[in-house]
Amino acid sequence: MKIKVLGPGCKNCETLHKSTLAAVEELGMSDAYVEYVKDISEISKYIMATPGLVVDEVVVHEGKPLPTVAKIKEILKKTTG
Amino acid sequence: MKERNKFLTILLIFVYVYFVDFDTPSVSGAILEGFFMLQEYVREHTLTCLVPALFIAGAMSATISQASVIKYFGAEAKKIVSYSVASVSGAILAVCSCTILPLFAGIYSRGAGLGPAVAFVYSGPAINILAIVLTARVLGFEMGLARAIGAIVFAIIIGLSMAFIFRDDEKERHDSPPRREMATEDGHPVQTFIFFIALIGVLIFATWAKPASSGSFFALIFDYKWSFTAISLAVVIIIAFTGMDKEKRVTWLDETWGFSKQILPLLFIGVIVAGFLLGRPEHEGIIPSQYVEGLVGGNSLFANFFASVVGAFMYFATLTEIPILQGLIGSGMGKGPALALLLAGPSLSLPNMLVIRSVIGTRKTVVYVIHVVVMSTIAGVIYGTF
Repeated sequence: MKIKVLGPGCKNCETLHKSTLAAVEELGMSDAYVEYVKDISEISKYIMATPGLVVDEVVVHEGKPLPTVAKIKEILKKTTG
Repeated sequence: MKERNKFLTILLIFVYVYFVDFDTPSVSGAILEGFFMLQEYVREHTLTCLVPALFIAGAMSATISQASVIKYFGAEAKKIVSYSVASVSGAILAVCSCTILPLFAGIYSRGAGLGPAVAFVYSGPAINILAIVLTARVLGFEMGLARAIGAIVFAIIIGLSMAFIFRDDEKERHDSPPRREMATEDGHPVQTFIFFIALIGVLIFATWAKPASSGSFFALIFDYKWSFTAISLAVVIIIAFTGMDKEKRVTWLDETWGFSKQILPLLFIGVIVAGFLLGRPEHEGIIPSQYVEGLVGGNSLFANFFASVVGAFMYFATLTEIPILQGLIGSGMGKGPALALLLAGPSLSLPNMLVIRSVIGTRKTVVYVIHVVVMSTIAGVIYGTF
């Protein structure tokens, strides 16, 4: 599973990146690869409001308020299951 | 800001401080004016107005899902919907131009297109909650209302006109990637609604002004304003501790603190500079009032046009347009030109023209700037005659 965190490097994007890594670790997903995309033109292909979360090329979150670790876990479980 | 401009700014300040004669009464008076104006803001506008407004802005960005608003900007959204949402959603989506420009780029290149994107970028800075509240508080309720209505109406007109002029060269758009709706656990809508009403209640009751006549409904509220404020505050606190989980409370405070850090230092510097240059109403700053009155006094077409052009090119940090206008009005600026400056000022500046140009190209940017200047001038002339 390929996960992309989209954000130019603001505080909120950092937070989302950290919570995503935490969620992946707590779920023990060994096949997951988390990429942190900071390039604006790459980001704007997916979302308008940062930060964003993309799982296997599907946008699952955009903008504020940020999802919590528990929420991200829920999203990841739904996508896999 | 380009490195060269930074250097020139520093050089200018250096040369001024090097040669200025601090002993002359006009200079020392102007310096004092700067601090008197800052004191006025700290005493009159900070605790009862700015602080509650910052908490409201924080709560909005912690509870309102941006994604739920943004979906109305999609390429498949109905035109009428995307224009109306674009012109008012700055109130929730954006507090400073740093969030507005990325959204502008997104709406233009992937979403509803040029018209709604332009409408959004024009109205955004004028109708965010902090700008409206502080404008109404410092420059008067009438000016606050005129600013909000002017921004919304003219945003739609400019957007439609731009979309019409460039109707033939809609550029190739990116396709939207697939997205999955994730159910959001928004808590109870009713509770959230009461929460916001109570927050706004704190702001409104705490700033309730003493009415001219006693015995009216407004005077009655004024007599009990602190009780009403306390009740609203109690409701806010109760909901915050019973209806919200810890995570949400922390996000709320984080966002509020984030906005405060972003806005307050620049605002207070702006207040000092405005006081130094222009002075409080009835007082002189370093720029003599007759110059201001000569250029932008009254409600002539030239005064309105001049205010629009200056506003369009000058950069105002978030909210600093308000103390600057307070100084200008105190020095004799007419209310029409004041509105023109308020409309053209925060939505355009030389730096953000460059960003806009990189997104939509030179031709469209020039047309957009002309639109803003012309529309703001018209708005000023209309408002000034009433």
